Amino acid sequence: MSEGIISAAYIIAALLFIMSLAGLSKQETAEAGNWYGIIGMAIALVATIANPDVTGVPLIVVCMVIGAVIGLKLAKKVEMTEMPELVAILHSFVGLAAVFVGYNSFLDHDPLMMGTTLAIHNVEIFLGVFIGAVTFTGSIVAFAKLKGIINTSALTLPHRHKLNLAAGLISIWLMINFVEAGGSIGPMLLMTIIALAFGWHLVASIGGADMPVVVSMLNSYSGWAAASAGFMLGNDLLIITGALVGSSGAILSYIMCKAMNRSFISVIAGGFGTEVHIDSDKDYGEHTEISAEATADLLSEAKTVVITPGYGMAVAQAQYPVFEITRALQAKGIEVRFAIHPVAGRLPGHMNVLLAEAKVPYDIVLGMEEINDDFPETDVVLVIGANDTVNPAASEDPTSPIAGMPVCEVWNAKQVVVFKRSMNTGYAGVQNPLFFKENTSMLFGDAKDSVEKIFKAL
Amino acid sequence: MLIGIPKEVLANENRVSASPASIKALIKLGFDVAVEDSAGNNASFNNEVYKEAGASIVSKEEAWQSDIVMKVNQPESAEVDLMKDGGNLISFIAPAQNDALLEQLKAKNINTLAMEMVPRMTRSQSMDALSSMANIAGYRAVIEATNHFGRFLTGQITAAGKIPPAKVMVIGAGVAGLAAIGTAGSLGAIVRAFDTRPEVKEQIESMGAEFLELDYEEEDTGSGDGYAKEMSQAFIDAEMALFSEQAKDVDIIITTAMIPGKPAPKLITQEMVKSMKPGSIVVDLAAPGGGNCELTVPGEINEVNQVKIVGYTDFVSRLPNQSSQLYANNLVNLMKLLCKEKDGNINIDFEDVVLRNMTVVKDGEITFPPPPIQVSAAPAAPKAEPVDPVAQVEEEPKSPTAKYVAMAVGAAAFAWVASVAPADFLSHFTVFVLACVVGYHLVWNVTHALHTPLMSVTNAISGIIIVGALLQVGSDSLIVQLLAGVAILIATINIAGGFFVTKRMLKMFRK
Repeated sequence: MSEGIISAAYIIAALLFIMSLAGLSKQETAEAGNWYGIIGMAIALVATIANPDVTGVPLIVVCMVIGAVIGLKLAKKVEMTEMPELVAILHSFVGLAAVFVGYNSFLDHDPLMMGTTLAIHNVEIFLGVFIGAVTFTGSIVAFAKLKGIINTSALTLPHRHKLNLAAGLISIWLMINFVEAGGSIGPMLLMTIIALAFGWHLVASIGGADMPVVVSMLNSYSGWAAASAGFMLGNDLLIITGALVGSSGAILSYIMCKAMNRSFISVIAGGFGTEVHIDSDKDYGEHTEISAEATADLLSEAKTVVITPGYGMAVAQAQYPVFEITRALQAKGIEVRFAIHPVAGRLPGHMNVLLAEAKVPYDIVLGMEEINDDFPETDVVLVIGANDTVNPAASEDPTSPIAGMPVCEVWNAKQVVVFKRSMNTGYAGVQNPLFFKENTSMLFGDAKDSVEKIFKAL
Repeated sequence: MLIGIPKEVLANENRVSASPASIKALIKLGFDVAVEDSAGNNASFNNEVYKEAGASIVSKEEAWQSDIVMKVNQPESAEVDLMKDGGNLISFIAPAQNDALLEQLKAKNINTLAMEMVPRMTRSQSMDALSSMANIAGYRAVIEATNHFGRFLTGQITAAGKIPPAKVMVIGAGVAGLAAIGTAGSLGAIVRAFDTRPEVKEQIESMGAEFLELDYEEEDTGSGDGYAKEMSQAFIDAEMALFSEQAKDVDIIITTAMIPGKPAPKLITQEMVKSMKPGSIVVDLAAPGGGNCELTVPGEINEVNQVKIVGYTDFVSRLPNQSSQLYANNLVNLMKLLCKEKDGNINIDFEDVVLRNMTVVKDGEITFPPPPIQVSAAPAAPKAEPVDPVAQVEEEPKSPTAKYVAMAVGAAAFAWVASVAPADFLSHFTVFVLACVVGYHLVWNVTHALHTPLMSVTNAISGIIIVGALLQVGSDSLIVQLLAGVAILIATINIAGGFFVTKRMLKMFRK
C-alpha cells in the first residue's frame, strides 16, 4: 500500500473517531457512534499492518489475537457495577503500552537525527514515558482502590505536597540531562522509576469519594500518553486520537469537580481527605425508623415518587428490584422518576448505566438539575444508598467539608425514606442532617432486601 | 413504675391520653399501665382494646394513685387531691395562668411536666403536642366551616348552571393555619392567607394558597426613634385595611392568631363581619383565648347579620380518635426521653434542656418559668465573612493580569520553540491543537447519562497507541520486538474490551 493511501486511511480513521464522540452525545446515536469508533480503529489497524515498512506480521497477529480474546472475555463477564474497575485497569494498559512505545523509540531511533530535531524527539520520548508511567501505576492504584484491595481512604504521607513537587523537579532536571546527553538510558530509567512512584502516590492520596474524578483524570492521561507517542513517531492519527481522548477526559474531570464544588487542583493534590472536620458533639436530634411495609403503604398513597440512587444501590445490586417496584407503582398510575446526582457512584454516569442495565427507560431518569425544582411537589422520595449527594449540610452548613457542593434537595419533598445499612457516615465522613429531618424516615438493612420486601408488600 | 390514664372530666372533651399503640410502647419501655374504666370510650377506644394492648382497667381512684399520671387537660383541684404525694404528672398545665394549681402540686410534691412547654427544637418535635393538635384543629376548622356554609367549596360547571368556587381567607400561617390552607385547597376552594411574618410566604405558597401582602411601606418613611413601635401601628392599620377589604370578598374566614398566655388579638371587627356576604362563615380557632373576632362567643356559634361565627373551643376534641393517638404518641416520645434505660423508671434530668423547660414542679419546688433556652448557637461563620470580601477585592484585579502574563509567557515560549523547531514538529503541533479544540467541543455536548460509555469508548480509542507499537515491532533489536509485542497485546485488550463493553452498555439504554 502506498504512503498516500495510508495517509488517507489515517485521515478517515481520525474523522471516524471524531464522529464516534459526536455520536455519543445522544442516546439515539450512541450505538452508531460506537460503530464509527470500531470501523475507524479497524481501518487504522489494517492500514498500518499493510504498510510495507511494518514487518513481523505473524508476531503481530499472534499478539493481537491473544489480546482480543482477553479483552472480549473481560468485557463479556464484567458486571455493570464493576465498570469503574474495568475502565481503570484498561487505562493502565494504555499507560504501559505508552511506556513501551517510548522506550522503543528511544532504543530504535533514527541515527540520522541531529540538533534540535533530536532534542525535540528526546523531549517527546521523555514526556511520553513519564505520562505513560504515571497513568500506569495511577490506574493500578485506582483499580485496587475500587476493587477494595487497598484502603480507599486518602493516603497522607507527611510532606506529600513537597514529595510531589520534588518528583516533578527531579524529573525536569533528569530531562535536561537526558536531552543534553543526546539521549542516555540512565536518566531515563531513573525518571521512569520516579514517575511510577509519583503515579502511585498521586492516586493513593486521593480519597475514595473523588474516584469519579480520578478515573476520568486517568482517562485524560492515557489520551495525552497516546498523543505524545504520536509526536515521537510523527504520526498524526495518534496525535489526533490522543488529543481527543485527553481533552475528553479532562472535561469529564472538570464536570465532576464542578458537581462536587471542588477545585480540580485540590482534588489532584489530594487535599480533601485531610480537612474533614466532624462536629460529633452537634445534636442532630433523633431519626425515625420505618418498616418496608409502611414504606409500601406510603408509596401506594403517593402521586409522585422520585428515587435517588447512590453507590449503595450498586453495592447491593438493587437496580433490578428497584425497577420492579417502579413498574408496580407505574401500574397504579403513580409517576415514578429517578434523580441522578452527577457524582453518584464511582464513575461518571455510573448510575445511568446500572439503571439502563435493569431496563429502566432513560426518559424517566433525570439529572439533578432537571429534577431539583420538582422535589417540593413530590410526595415520596426513596434515597437508595446515597448519602453525601443528598446531604443538606452542603447548602446549610458553611463549616461542612462538603459546603457549597450542589446536592439533590430531597428534603423538600413531603416524605423521604432513606435506605441505609446503618447510621454510618458516607465517603466524605460527614454526618448527614437529612436523616434527622422531621419528614425523613430510615429504612435500615440491605438495600436489595428492603426493596424486595417493599415489592412484595405492594 | 405504674402509669395511670384517667378519664378526662372537662366538658366536651373526648380525648384520652393513651391509645392501644402507645400502651404497647410504654410497656416495652418497662412501665405498667392502668386505664380508668371507659376512659377512652369517646375516642373509640373501649376497655377491651386497652386490655388487649396490655393495660389493666381500674377505678378512677386507682388510676390517680399511679406513680405517673398522664392527662390531656390540666387537672382540677379535686383530682390533684386524689394523687399520691411525690407522684408525677404529665399534662397540659398552662403554668403561666395557673399559679394556684402549681402551688397545690408543689404542696403535694408532685413532679409535673407541662406539655405546652416543649421547646421548639428539632429534637423535641416528636413530643410537640401543640403542633400535633394544631394540625388537627386546622383541618377541623375547615370541616366545621363547610358544615355551616350552604355551598360547595369547589367550583363546577354543570348542565344546570355554573357554581363558583368559594373563597377562603386564613389568618395566621402556623401549623393550624397551614393545615387549614391545605384542607380548604383540597376541597377546591380558592385560598388566600395572611401572616405577619413575610418569611412564611413560601410555606403558604407551597400549600397552594395566595399570600396576601401588605402595602404599608410608604407610611413608615422617615421615622427615627421608636421606629419599631411606629411601624407596628402603621402595620396594624394596613393589616386591618387588608382584612376589611378581603372580608367583603371572601366567603369563609379562618383565624388562627394566638399568643400563648395572652388574650388573642382582635383582628376581625364588627364592621368587617357586617360587610361580609350573607351566609358567610368565620371560624375562630383563637376562641379559647377570647377570639380573633370581636363577635366570637367562645364555645358557641354566634349568628350576626346571617354571618355565622364559629367559636368552638374543642376543635381537636371533635376528632377524638386521631387526636388521642397523636397526643399519646407525643407522650410516648417524651417517656423515651425520660426513661433512657428502658427499665420503667423515669429520670427528670435537668441537664436536658427539653426536660428542664417542660418541668414546672420538681422536688417540691416550682421551677417555672424555666431559664431561656439557647436557641441553636449561630455558627461562627459570619465572623469570617466580613474579612472575605476585602481579600477578594484585593485579589481580583490581580488575577486577570496574572492570567495575561501567563498567556504572554506561554506564547513567547511557544514562539521560541517554533523558531528553532523543524517544520515537521510544527505541523504535528497544529494538528494536536486543532484536535484538542475539536475534542473540547464534542465532549461538552455529551449528556451526563452517557459519560460512562463515553469513557469506555475513548478508552478503546486510546488503544490507538497500538499503531506505534506496530510500527516498531519490525525492529532488528530483540528488546524492541519484545516490548512492542507486549504493547500490541495489551493495547488490543484495550481496544477489544473497550468497544465491546460499550456495545453491551449501549444496548441496555432504551426508551
